[in-house]
Amino acid sequence: MSAFVALEGVDHAYGTSDTLAVEGLSVAVEQGEFAAVVGPSGCGKSTLMKLATGLQFPRAGKVMVAGAQVNAPVKIAGMAFQAPTLLPWRSTVDNLLLPLEIVPPYRGEMRRRKAEFRERAEKLLASVGLSGQGNKFPWELSGGMQQRTSLCRALIHEPQLLMLDEPFGALDAFTREELWCVIRDLHATRKITVILVTHDLREAVFLADRVFVMSSRPGRILVERKIDIPRPRDLEVTFTPQFTDIVHELRSHIVKARQ
Amino acid sequence: MKTNALIRLSPWLFTVGLLLVWEAAVHIFKIPSFFLPPPTLVAQAFVDYAGPLARNSWITLETTLIGFALAVGFGLLLGLLVGWSRAIYAGLYPLMIGFNAIPKVALVPILVLWFGIGFIPAVLTAFLISFFPIVVNVATGLATIEPELEDVLKALGASKLDIMRKVGIPRTLPYFFGSLKVAITLAFVGSVISESVASNYGIGNLMLQAQAQFQVPLIFAGLVVLAIEGIAMYAAMAILERRMTGWAQRSGFAQA
Repeated sequence: MSAFVALEGVDHAYGTSDTLAVEGLSVAVEQGEFAAVVGPSGCGKSTLMKLATGLQFPRAGKVMVAGAQVNAPVKIAGMAFQAPTLLPWRSTVDNLLLPLEIVPPYRGEMRRRKAEFRERAEKLLASVGLSGQGNKFPWELSGGMQQRTSLCRALIHEPQLLMLDEPFGALDAFTREELWCVIRDLHATRKITVILVTHDLREAVFLADRVFVMSSRPGRILVERKIDIPRPRDLEVTFTPQFTDIVHELRSHIVKARQ
Repeated sequence: MKTNALIRLSPWLFTVGLLLVWEAAVHIFKIPSFFLPPPTLVAQAFVDYAGPLARNSWITLETTLIGFALAVGFGLLLGLLVGWSRAIYAGLYPLMIGFNAIPKVALVPILVLWFGIGFIPAVLTAFLISFFPIVVNVATGLATIEPELEDVLKALGASKLDIMRKVGIPRTLPYFFGSLKVAITLAFVGSVISESVASNYGIGNLMLQAQAQFQVPLIFAGLVVLAIEGIAMYAAMAILERRMTGWAQRSGFAQA
């Protein structure tokens, strides 16, 4: 069985630069799997995201998503970043509608099904604990609420692949753990494939089925660790010895990678 | 509450204060009125020449607004074009800087050569002097779209036109409306320059004639008319800006 997202022996450098961002990078993520990528800063984690979504194309090697070679932006992906990047002139609901205004077949049906789409957006907001906030503007929301909205925007068009690039990096510890649970539940109910790039090992271990550790630049996969903590996982699990052992183990790989 | 009232009154207090100091200075230092007429004499000139002042200020306003409208249309188009593509940006920017460095008064003789004396050179001077800040601001707004947001949209399969329509143009509007305040005041400069060099109408021309006839209070009355028109148009642009892009002006500073 072939993987849903597969990078095979990928080299990549930006522009005409000779310094490789990633070299010999191979990753395979199954459909419905939650994969986390960790590594020292500047190791090419974000490059991996760009390659897998078709925002960048490899110098060498192959990138396959959903059984087809990637040679254009993939269109089945939703993305969220550390910055919520909401549009300040649109209300929360209108921000969520943005992907629907772009992705076919929705974009052609925008006028006809607007009310239905708005309702869908409101429902999605409610599922991340933002019911009734739809008419507020982004700057009227807290940082955590903005990040929830950003997650909803990544999901509104029901993508098969969710790409998260350090989405909780700018949040305080409590809000971050709350959002871990939001992501956990979204993954459980929608059965979508998630690739999470993070530098937070606890986050990676809590959320992922498999954690990939990348080397420092040029990035490649050093270690692949299956997380066999049973689901559904409760936040309490992060205080068990099993959890802490895995975090420690991954941490020692990262320390080695930085040397 | 008290400070608020004070802040609201303070522009008027300062204006009246300036006029009082001016009037007093003229009397105390015995400045001859053909050198610097006191505000009271300027006010008298307003009464004596109400007809010509009204007629010519209307012409200047009309000239300025037509030139300004041209600048808005052209500046918006050129700004979008320049912001659209890096190649166009790289190619046009040095040319625009060079053009902007030319004093527009130097262009009036050429415009007169092409279009004759009067209305058209004045409109064109107002246009030429005021489109530049609009172009620069629109292009800047487009050039500063967050790359992450662009990635989000591209990963959805958005075309360049989609990104422009959904993100580029809306986020450029505050820059655009902000630039209108600068552009409208520049447009007045342009039309008055041209009127005083090569026209038979307008406040610029009126002031030139008053100077030739040594009617110094009338020259000052012309200046006051220009200042009033300038403030009124600036205020109109500021109101327009707040109406159109309220989302960008939510800080307490902008609302004060």
